[in-house]
Amino acid sequence: MRNAIGVSLIVVTLMLSLSTPPATAAQRPIRLATTTSTDNSGLLRQLLPPFEEQTGYPVHVIAVGTGKALRMGRDGDADVLLVHAYEDEMEFVSARYGVNRRDVMYNDFVIIGPHTDGAKIRGLKDALAALNRIQKAQLPFVSRGDDSGTHKRERWLWRQAGITPGGSWYREAGQGMGKVLQMAEELDGYTLTDRGTWLAHKPTLTHLLLLVAGDQRLYNRYGIIAVSPQRYEDINYRGAMRLIEWLTSQQGQDIIKNFTINGETLFFPLAGAN
Amino acid sequence: MESLTDASLKALSLLVSGDAELWAIISISFGVSFQAILYTTPPALLTAYALAHFEFPGRRTLVSLFHTLLAVPAVVVGLTLYLLLSRSGPFGDLKLLFTQTAMVLGQMVLSFPILVAMGHSALQSADQRVWETAYTLGAPPLRAMFTVMHEVRYGLFAAVIAAFGRIIAEVGCSMMVGGNILNYTRNITTAIALETSKGQFAQGIALGIVLLVLALVLNYSLSTLRHRLAMQA
Repeated sequence: MRNAIGVSLIVVTLMLSLSTPPATAAQRPIRLATTTSTDNSGLLRQLLPPFEEQTGYPVHVIAVGTGKALRMGRDGDADVLLVHAYEDEMEFVSARYGVNRRDVMYNDFVIIGPHTDGAKIRGLKDALAALNRIQKAQLPFVSRGDDSGTHKRERWLWRQAGITPGGSWYREAGQGMGKVLQMAEELDGYTLTDRGTWLAHKPTLTHLLLLVAGDQRLYNRYGIIAVSPQRYEDINYRGAMRLIEWLTSQQGQDIIKNFTINGETLFFPLAGAN
Repeated sequence: MESLTDASLKALSLLVSGDAELWAIISISFGVSFQAILYTTPPALLTAYALAHFEFPGRRTLVSLFHTLLAVPAVVVGLTLYLLLSRSGPFGDLKLLFTQTAMVLGQMVLSFPILVAMGHSALQSADQRVWETAYTLGAPPLRAMFTVMHEVRYGLFAAVIAAFGRIIAEVGCSMMVGGNILNYTRNITTAIALETSKGQFAQGIALGIVLLVLALVLNYSLSTLRHRLAMQA
């Protein structure tokens, strides 16, 4: 019996010493649903700590695809969304799920592929022509397949090119951007990626090259939206608005502008353009 | 791509240098799983005891039901819990989605059938005379129950260790209902999934080492228990 008491004492002590208490700051945490590109690139690690320090709001980052993030906003499972699918964002706002959408930053999508470039798309300025050649060559193309912002744009581009992608060359991964880049590396495949994630991962991707960039259709804009307090009155709307103000403030925009990986800028401020 | 040795070496240096983020992740894993096992063990063992000691209609069905539940994938538990706890779900008002509490709940659901199934086998193996003796000596039923449980304590410890092993290594449910939030709901397994997706294999391996060491300790204690059990018999 003494044994059992000893064991349970050890268990309880371990539990108390090991479990970190949930954030006990004065302010309610802000649940930020965002895309994997902003989180995996490391941007939020630069951006959020100064905000948390200045306002006392802890920010809980939930990194998912844009589609899932919008869904979470609609269900009231997040307070604020940082996403990149302009049309869907507008639809989200006009359906009154969200309010106060603001532009935050932009970069662009790029098409990357193996340095052997069997489809000969290197240097093309026309993204649709590039997709056409990839489809003709029947070379592996790795699609996100997860209804993320990047996936939405990719499907839009295929539609614009008049192609219904399918067949053994078209691989739908259902994974985040980083994972898809790794898959493209392993499969000698092409894929569409945002430039930020590409730059963040480039050092580990020795077989891949940036092949197509600069098409107007590849413009990638990030917006931030507060989930509507009319729909969910106990949502952390004040916190969400503070975060929106801060991200679009001079200080927030400067951090975005100065965030680089290996000397290259990943995101460009856009809040002035509102 | 970095080689396996490079990644492993980097992993070890991360562990030894006391990388704050890494250790926060490890402590979240242990905190959540310890809580889950602590809250689940009493009701699960009571259930196991009831199944082992009372004759009632549907008892065998219940036992096989718990055995079936052993095979439920963690993601299914995660998805169910997600839908229940979502703001738009029936328990949305509790605001539990993407909290440690949700992870604890998920792991409780996962560990319950293991504790019941293994606890049931252990209690069944107890000599019926232990209970009868205790009872006829005037012990109240509750007291008699504790006597029986004490009799098969090693088997029950083994059940607890097995259940703990399952939930600390579980990824699907924690990812879904925890949301993998840094310093809050990011535990060992969801961190490994994330670091792998980012191509940061060193941290993934470091965390893998922690889990392996843990598995080693658990298995070692399990075999020591079995040994002591065999000595007693």
